[in-house]
Amino acid sequence: MNNVFVYLEIEDGTVAEVSLELLTKGRTLASQLGCRLEAIAAGDKLDTIEKQVFPYGADVLHIFKDKRLSPYTTLPHTSILVNLFKKEKPQICLMGATIIGRDLGPRVSSALGSGLTADCTSLEIGDHEEKKVGKVYENLLYQIRPAFGGNIVAWIINPDHRPQMATVREGVMKKEIADPNYKGTVVEHDVKDYVSPDDFVVSIIDRHVEKSKVNIKNSPIIISGGYGVGSKENFQLLYDLANVLGAEVGASRAAVDAGYAEHERQIGQTGVTVRPKLYIACGISGQIQHIAGMQESSLIISINNDPSAPINAIADYVITGDIEKVIPKLIKYYKKNSK
Amino acid sequence: MAFNIIVLAKQVPDTRNVGKDAMKADGTVNRGALPAIFNPEDLNALEQALGIKDQYPGTKITVLTMGPARAAEILREGLFRGADDGVLLTDRAFAGADTLATSYALSMAVKQMGNFDMIISGRQAIDGDTAQVGPQVAEKLGIPQITYAEAIESIDKKKIRVKRRLENGVEVVEAPLPLLVTVNGSARICRPRNAKFLQKYKHAKTVTERQTENIDYIDLYNARPYLNLTEWSVADVNADPVQCGLSGSPTKVKKIENVVFQAKESKRLTDDDTELEDLIKELIANHTIG
Ligand SMILES: Cc1cc2nc3c(=O)[nH]c(=O)nc-3n(C[C@H](O)[C@H](O)[C@H](O)COP(=O)(O)OP(=O)(O)OC[C@H]3O[C@@H](n4cnc5c(N)ncnc54)[C@H](O)[C@@H]3O)c2cc1C
Ligand SMILES: Cc1cc2nc3c(=O)[nH]c(=O)nc-3n(C[C@H](O)[C@H](O)[C@H](O)COP(=O)(O)OP(=O)(O)OC[C@H]3O[C@@H](n4cnc5c(N)ncnc54)[C@H](O)[C@@H]3O)c2cc1C
Repeated sequence: MNNVFVYLEIEDGTVAEVSLELLTKGRTLASQLGCRLEAIAAGDKLDTIEKQVFPYGADVLHIFKDKRLSPYTTLPHTSILVNLFKKEKPQICLMGATIIGRDLGPRVSSALGSGLTADCTSLEIGDHEEKKVGKVYENLLYQIRPAFGGNIVAWIINPDHRPQMATVREGVMKKEIADPNYKGTVVEHDVKDYVSPDDFVVSIIDRHVEKSKVNIKNSPIIISGGYGVGSKENFQLLYDLANVLGAEVGASRAAVDAGYAEHERQIGQTGVTVRPKLYIACGISGQIQHIAGMQESSLIISINNDPSAPINAIADYVITGDIEKVIPKLIKYYKKNSK
Repeated sequence: MAFNIIVLAKQVPDTRNVGKDAMKADGTVNRGALPAIFNPEDLNALEQALGIKDQYPGTKITVLTMGPARAAEILREGLFRGADDGVLLTDRAFAGADTLATSYALSMAVKQMGNFDMIISGRQAIDGDTAQVGPQVAEKLGIPQITYAEAIESIDKKKIRVKRRLENGVEVVEAPLPLLVTVNGSARICRPRNAKFLQKYKHAKTVTERQTENIDYIDLYNARPYLNLTEWSVADVNADPVQCGLSGSPTKVKKIENVVFQAKESKRLTDDDTELEDLIKELIANHTIG
């Protein structure tokens, strides 16, 4: 009772990165609160899920196995969570701020009448005093999220309703194995007790999912291009530099919108969050929504022909110049000196 | 064949131009300080409804919005683009709502509107940015939902087929009516205002607008009932005031911080060959690259 729950997103028997990141965060929260961490897996191929999640410190894994639960559709997964939560009364429930999490989370929160905070960038435990009524709430979940296009950060709490629900984007929390030998308990539920046949009214006619070829999130070096790169052809310069350095290419939203780069390369508030060893920002002005996704990079180099571009304020090295000139020189001197 | 479609549309502050004075001390938004616009993805939603109406001309589209008196602008904007009717849900008791209280209020208004085949909303509003209201309205009404829709591929009285966007792909789903669809920004953009409708609905007003603006062409509003925009309060939709606004909101804003980034001491270089070669050597030496 009153534990921390994480809803696992599963594609083809594999737990999504974002869910593992949330288990890592959930482990910390549960230890701080002195309660257990529980995970929910609903789908078809679930045999290896326990091996995947126990190392992250899950104490209990709830299994709901049924062919009809995969691929995900809204209503049956909602029924599972709603009915499970009515029994288990979690204090916290975390989900990915993904297409699935943002489809499921609000539906579950509405059915339970509990609050849901979207796209949190930080989750902390803390107290809250309601001065008007002189009441102190202990160990609430502070759900910290940017809003208003990234211009403000709001601390949201949910004093009176449970579970306290929050969604978090992929890449925001860090994934970390707690103990490779950690052993939890598996609880298999009978899906019939949770889901009614009426829940299967929406059917999937066709589905194309491609494994993402781009892996910017885990790349130690990122060469990122903005609108200032000027064209799709010029973006090739970034790929050339990335090739010699063994890096991935990222992009600002303006570059993605202009068609210079694919959407999955977008970094920032509405893209992925990255924290590489080296981030080279090429022709990126550094608007708040972009910085939100890369400010934790260990070393930042900005290449920009405007010496007062906002990104320069957070860069360790500022190269003032045109990318057309600077990047070929970086490639040349890297080749010359790396041997 | 004709359909009864409700489009949910929100008036939002243009968050692409937020100044420092946009937030009040109590953490609520000072909407007055920002230009108010039709939430961009709600325009994509309206276009999906208009597309169905093109195909089935008897279709009726009603725009529903909850907000302060001036949110009536959203209803007129909808009419100018081809909607048939608009309802403004406005009451002090709705103020300070989180997504749950918002969806409760909207669902009560929908119930008041009677039979419908479909509700279409935007995926997400650009101020709150939660994408929660659509699914929560669907849940409150006990109907299925299809989120992240990119195109309505076909519709008949029994079912609808929708293409939706996934992170790394697309999905085509089929569902029975009535249901709620949330529309993604990658869907078709909305057609512009239509000059004919602009003429027709220029003077469409809510009762409050007519009172505050001292407009009193009683005859005009009697002769052309479509110029009277419906305005509903908490009582008009039989809503429980406790479940509305701040009191109906489980989430509370504890505090708001403005975002400021810590400036770093940065080294300045030019595109000079020696400077760039030295930088590369330094990065190789400290194992950042290579
Ligand atoms: C709700 C919301 C969410 C958003 N989410 C994101 C997000 O996730 N990620 C994101 O990136 N943006 C996001 N944005 C958009 C963001 O506000 C900016 O519009 C965007 O980041 C700007 O991209 P940019 O820096 O590439 O382009 P610009 O601002 O146009 O900057 C181009 C830069 O290139 C420089 N330049 C021009 N030519 C050259 C040259 N030849 N050589 C070198 N430098 C040159 C210019 O000096 C300038 O600094 C979001 C906006 C909103 C409202
Ligand atoms: C800084 C800040 C942070 C917030 N964080 C949260 C939070 O994490 N959780 C939470 O529950 N609330 C939160 N809120 C409150 C939330 O913004 C409001 O409840 C808002 O009225 C609805 O949410 P949204 O703007 O996110 O809309 P979304 O859920 O993003 O809107 C989706 C769609 O629903 C429809 N819709 C939404 N509102 C209306 C309306 N008034 N009239 C007609 N149609 C509408 C539109 O079609 C819209 O495209 C926050 C508010 C602020 C100021």
